Amino acid sequence: MRNAFAREITKLAVEHQDLVLLTGDIGNRLFDEFKGLAPGRFLNCGVAEANMMSVAAGMALSGLRPVVYTITPFTTVRVLEQLRVGVCYHEAPVVVVGTGSGLSYAELGPTHHSLEDIAITRCLPGLNVLAPADGHELVAFLREALESSNPTYMRIGKKGEPALHPEGASLRIGTAQALRNGEDLAILCIGPITAEALRAVDMIAADGPRVEVVSMGSVKPLDVDFLDGLARRCGRWITLEEHGIIGGLGTTVLEWLAGTRHVVRLTRMAVPDAFIHEIGDQAFVRSTLGLDAASIHVAIKEALA
Amino acid sequence: MNSYDLEAVSRRLRHRILKTSHAAGIPHLGSCLSCIDLLVYLYWDILEIDSARPEAPDRDRFVLSKGHAAPALFQVLAERDFYPKELLATFGMNGSVFHEHPPAPGYLPGVEAATGSLGHGMPMALGMALAARITGMPYRCYALISDGECNEGAIWEAAMLAAAQAVDNLCVIVDFNGWQATGRSREVMCLDPMKDKWEAFGWHAVTIDGHDFGAMAGAFEACAATSGQPSVVIAHTVKGKGVSFMEDDNNWHYRTPDEDELRLALEELQDHL
Repeated sequence: MRNAFAREITKLAVEHQDLVLLTGDIGNRLFDEFKGLAPGRFLNCGVAEANMMSVAAGMALSGLRPVVYTITPFTTVRVLEQLRVGVCYHEAPVVVVGTGSGLSYAELGPTHHSLEDIAITRCLPGLNVLAPADGHELVAFLREALESSNPTYMRIGKKGEPALHPEGASLRIGTAQALRNGEDLAILCIGPITAEALRAVDMIAADGPRVEVVSMGSVKPLDVDFLDGLARRCGRWITLEEHGIIGGLGTTVLEWLAGTRHVVRLTRMAVPDAFIHEIGDQAFVRSTLGLDAASIHVAIKEALA
Repeated sequence: MNSYDLEAVSRRLRHRILKTSHAAGIPHLGSCLSCIDLLVYLYWDILEIDSARPEAPDRDRFVLSKGHAAPALFQVLAERDFYPKELLATFGMNGSVFHEHPPAPGYLPGVEAATGSLGHGMPMALGMALAARITGMPYRCYALISDGECNEGAIWEAAMLAAAQAVDNLCVIVDFNGWQATGRSREVMCLDPMKDKWEAFGWHAVTIDGHDFGAMAGAFEACAATSGQPSVVIAHTVKGKGVSFMEDDNNWHYRTPDEDELRLALEELQDHL
């Protein structure tokens, strides 16, 4: 996803002469092509993220389309007030990109994990909160976010995540996409961990239950039309996210359900409310937290029992 | 406009700031009175702005980074015809746009940033100044910060980036009135030597008496002539300037004048307007 971002932002810089890329001293060589094409519109703001976010707000208020890029904790919780006041209160159309989200940088430990960012950003008025599942969603969302008058927060993964959508799929912000269809159970996913749900469903025997796998793409806006239709045909749901159990996709879906008359049995699969001290690579941590394909496969069986 | 006229404008606006503070119960009088001369000089003699075109892309930008001096800015913008003075009659009323801090741009003409949380306005002004370079616009950006605001790390983050990027269309003014909310600013955090600090961060720095219009003329002229680095005007000011019993008394960061105090203050200002 990181490379897809670098490729696409470089293309977009050619298409949009008002696009500016601000980074917090990361992405060594990643943006060389961007810098070659638009040297005046690439700004390494140093390891000074609070200033970077306010600078982006000031640029947006002056007619530019700034895109802020750094590792997720440093583009969200570290600069929450600058995001809240400079960007959101001013309705400044900044696109904030957090790279290495969720447990993408599992090995780096909790300083670099981002398991609160969706919870914290989605309560900021006017801010769209996106978590593309693959490079196709990332490209489509980034393009659309740059046309939006709203500010956007987009959490992305690292590199090497598989493509989940077919080439040329029509993808829009706030529009859920079913990647598998089924009526017995639906797994609502957000972010690259969607791939684990697909693997889990692939483990189900041919004569087993039919499970729908949905990429939600964003928690704000939430595709409530899709959910409304889903609730009418399927009453057992799992939400899956590489985010803390509090305040993410599962919470967002529950909040929406609470205001409807739908009766849905919901299992929320997310990271428990605790810092992670048993560190390893992303696959290892997903598996110890019960968020890998095998664990999801078990959860499917339990949800249907 | 000569400095005699500027003094008359300042006196008139001090008068209104005091009356508003009394009538609407709005605090931060000391902070407003320490920077009103600077605001008047900027808005009358420096800023290239047109109240008929408050959103003109090529306008100069002024950001009141010390947002708690909004009562002073509101009077200045009204006096410069960004909106009718009569609007200020709603100051402090429920639903009014005029309260303790500037509203978001778009809610009141002439306001560039919704400040109030310290350490945000100057970095935003830096973003505006960088935008001028990217868009090829000739405008300049000014941000007024307080000495207490220099406690905020984001100020120094912005200072380092502005110097690294040689942003010479940015001018920061420090309203160095010597006080912050609960103490002498020099005692709360080590601010001195202020000029050396900015110079060490790569800025062109000048120190002036922030109530002397003649000194301001020289300082801002020197800033405008500076190329290849950002500029800072360190303006030594007196908190509560213009009213003897408010001067350098930090209680007026919070207090508002009662009727007797207001009468005495206005008499001292010898406002015959």
